[in-house]
This record gives sequence, C-alpha cells and structure tokens, in this order.
Amino acid sequence: MLRISHISKTFNPGTVNAKLAIDDLSIHVEKGDFITIIGANGAGKSTLFGAISGSFITDSGRIELDGKDITLEPEFKRARSIGRLFQDPMRGSAPGMSIEENLALAAGHGGWLSSVSRADKKMFRERLSLLNMGLEDRMQQPVGLLSGGQRQALTLMMATINPPKLLLLDEHTAALDPATAEKVLELTTQIVDGGKLTCMMVTHNMQTALELGNRTIMMDHGKIIFDVSGEERARLTVADLLEQFKTASGKALDNDRMLLTR
Amino acid sequence: MSFSSILSLGQTALELGLISSLTVLALFLSYSMLNVCDLSTDGCFTLGATVGAVVAIAGHPYLAIPCAMIAGVTSGFVTALLQTKMGIDSLLAGIIVNTALYSVNIAVMGNSSLLNMNKTDTVFTKMKDLLDSTFLAGQYRVIVAMIAVAAVILFLSLFLRTRLGLAIRATGNNPDMVRSSSINPVFTTIVGLCISNSFTALSGCLLAQSQRSVNIDIGSGMVTIALASLLIGNAFLGKGRIPVRAAGAVLGAFLFRVVYTIALRFNMPAFMLKFVSSVIVIIAISGPYLKSQVPLLRRRAENRSGRREEHA
Repeated sequence: MLRISHISKTFNPGTVNAKLAIDDLSIHVEKGDFITIIGANGAGKSTLFGAISGSFITDSGRIELDGKDITLEPEFKRARSIGRLFQDPMRGSAPGMSIEENLALAAGHGGWLSSVSRADKKMFRERLSLLNMGLEDRMQQPVGLLSGGQRQALTLMMATINPPKLLLLDEHTAALDPATAEKVLELTTQIVDGGKLTCMMVTHNMQTALELGNRTIMMDHGKIIFDVSGEERARLTVADLLEQFKTASGKALDNDRMLLTR
Repeated sequence: MSFSSILSLGQTALELGLISSLTVLALFLSYSMLNVCDLSTDGCFTLGATVGAVVAIAGHPYLAIPCAMIAGVTSGFVTALLQTKMGIDSLLAGIIVNTALYSVNIAVMGNSSLLNMNKTDTVFTKMKDLLDSTFLAGQYRVIVAMIAVAAVILFLSLFLRTRLGLAIRATGNNPDMVRSSSINPVFTTIVGLCISNSFTALSGCLLAQSQRSVNIDIGSGMVTIALASLLIGNAFLGKGRIPVRAAGAVLGAFLFRVVYTIALRFNMPAFMLKFVSSVIVIIAISGPYLKSQVPLLRRRAENRSGRREEHA
C-alpha cells in the first residue's frame, strides 16, 4: 500500500541548525493496517507524516502509494488520496464558512462550477448525525462557532468523507480535554474500522498505542527503532514498551507527557 | 438649496457610488474573500478606463466593456503569478504591477495622458437614445450603472457558492487548511485575482464613458477609496450570506459618495477626497484594535491613580 524506501530529510542543511530529521527510513504499510507511532519529542514522527503527505520533498529515497510513485508529487495532489489531521483543531476547517460549505469542499463532488447538490446535503446530514453532536442541525452555522472537539470531529469527517487510501493522524486528540479526546478517539476507531481504512496514528499515550490498531512502531532520531505486530504485540505491556525503548535507543524515554499519561 | 438640486446631487452620488462600487465588489472578492490586498487596483482601474476609451473612440462602445474586462483579467493574472509562482510578496506584487501599468496606460492612450470622448458614442449615450421620451429618460446614467452592479452581484452570489468559489473563500479563510488539502492555492489565487481585476477594469471603463474623458490619474487612490467604502459597508451589512455582504459593499460605496457630496456642500475642497478616504480606512481598520486595547489602558490608569492614593 505505502512503500517508503530509504528516505532522508535534513532541515537547514549546511548551517549550525542543520537537523537530520529523517535518517534513511524505510517502512512498508499493508492495506488495512492501523499503525500507532510513538517516540520522544523530535523523534521525527510529524516529519515522517510531512514527508508522506508532501509538505516538503525528501532529500533522497522514494515514496510509493498504491503502486504509484509520489516522491515528487505536490502536496495538493497527494491530498486526494491522503487524509491528514493535526493536533490543532483549528487547522483543518475554515472558520468563516459554514459546516455545509466545509463538507462540500472536502467532498469535492461535481465540476468546479457546480454547487452543493441536494443529495450531498442529505448525505452530509446523515454523516453528521453519526457524530452525535447535534451538528446536523447547525449546517448553516460558521465552523468558527464550534468547540475544539466538535471541530476536530468535523475535520475527521472531512478527511474521510471520500475514503482516503491513507489516513494520517498526528496526535489529533492531544489538544482536547480528556473526555472529548476519548470521544474523538472512539469516533476515529469507528470510522477507520467501518471504512477499513489504512491509517497511521501518532500518539503520546502508550496505552492507546498498544490498544488501538494492529501494529506499533517506535521512532527515535529519525529512525524506526522498534516495529511490532501480531501476537508479540498482543502480549506487550506499557512497561515492556519503555524497556524496549531503553534497549533500542540506549537511553530512557524522556518525554514527560508520555510518562505521565501511561 | 432647492429640492431639485438636492435631488440632482443625490443622483450624482448614486451614479458615482454605483460605478465605484464595482471596484468595491472587486475588493470584496480579493480583500474580504481571498485575503489579498491588491494594490494594483489603481493601475487596473485606469487600464480599464483607457482600454475602454480607446475601443469606444474607435466606434465600439459595447465592445469596449469586454475589452476592458479582458485587460483587467490580464493584469490580475500577472499580479497573481508574481505572488504565487515567483516568490514576490503579495503587496509588493501589486505595487510592481501598478507601476508597470502606468507606462502601459500611457501607451494604450497613444503616448498621451489624456483622452477626450466628447463626440464618442458610449454605453451611456446609447442608453439615453434607447430611453428617449420614456419617463426614465433622465435616469439613463444610473440605469447603466445599476445593470452593471446587479450583474456583478448576481455573478458573485452564484459563483461563491460553487466548488471553485468555496475553494477561493477557503484559501483566504484558512491557508493552513488549504495547504494540506486537495485545493491548489496557486490556482484559486489566480482565478480570484483575475475575476476581481476584471470588475475593477469594468468600473474604470464605465467611469471613463460616464465622464467622457480619461486622464492618467483617473484611478489614483482608488484602492483606498474602495477599501473605505468596503469597510463602511461591512459596518452595516458585514454579517450574513454572500449576497447581503455584497449588497453591503455597494451600500458602503454609495454612503461614501453621499458623505463626500455633503462635505463638498459644506465647502470642503474637492482635493480632500483622498485624505478623507485614508482617514476612514485608518479608523475602520485600527478601530477594533484600539478598542481591544481599552481595558489594558484603563487598568494601567487605575493602577497609576491607585498608587498615587497610597502615597497620599
């Protein structure tokens, strides 16, 4: 499905601030995989997502999605097959436009000069009602009036309204309060399982990393240092994961947020 | 002042307001929707006026309108290209194009800075002939302007609801979102600026035909005047659906002209127009900011007086 071979990326090359953010990284993601990704701050998790979705072009290596070479494809073209959510709930929708208009943009049905069809409006309503947030009755309201959790749920819907080949979730619940985060996470699994989507999710919650999905990878210094799935993963505990990190990277996991939320 | 002279002043304000409101609608698209402050507006307005005048003088008053608009599209395309594909800041791109257009406009007028259309057929004289001896005969100028404004508002209302229109609005509303979506911001910016500049040029073309002359300064200060009108309109009809907000832009242009006309009656010299429009823009944009600073200033003042009391 997604085949990444030997990609590297250095930011600010040739300066004192040069940082090797991705270091000769390779991974193969199977169709239907739900991969959780953990790692300390600055390990390269978000950079990996940036490389996959085309926020920047990698210095070397090759990225293939569904058999197609996308290494040099611009971001907006990749976005047709890759959905992406960020930590900031304000980033994924246009606050001055209504819920309906945001969804219409995400759906992208019809030609450039067509407006939202009645069938689409009905479909939006039905999909929104699945969120159980009452948004289906607020279709004409500007998105700026929604709460962070509602907005992130809407963004999730927008990213998956046309099932993407790959869904990238970058700590998309980290900025929400615990109860809302729980709810959005629940919606995420619902949508990913329901649509049999291929998904990669960065999380700082070790427990979540082990509970959700079918495969977990751990990153450090721009490399994948641990990759586990199947039965071995089923037996794994958070304590094992921390131990694993220590042996693989030669140091203790120093992410406070991560340790506190275990 | 007699009733009839008030009426005729009101009519002049309405006519000029409607014609300049086409530029305000252009800024409604570029400034309010796309969030680009298009500083090529002055030059583009003049471009529309000169191209329209040259074509009208050649004997084609109707053809003058599409020609002027196409010239506007070209100018908008260049401005958009500079800021999306060539790494030039959007304000600077507008200023550069504006400067270049000065030469272009002189060239269009045949190495002259003034064109006279006293004996030329214009869309206004055509309309006058058409309405001759009907009860609307005296209103022909306002009617032409009104048709143009209605057409542009109708176009904007429909266009901004289409998928392309929504994409243009999103580009201005949340660039972060658009960058990581399947919308190509280069494409939406180019389309948006082409359309908005065609309205600006139409505005210039109609003003030239209405006053039957063009000079190279016809568009100078237009961007500030239009921005002032847009912000006045926003204050009244800034919320709600697109057609309402577009109508607000036109209302703003009309109110601006009314205030200006009244000020002239009170012996404000005509050359103050641009000064007044600058002041309005300053107030409208900095007003909300200054208002947000009031609590801070009040607390500081309270603190100071409180300390003085302690010392006493």
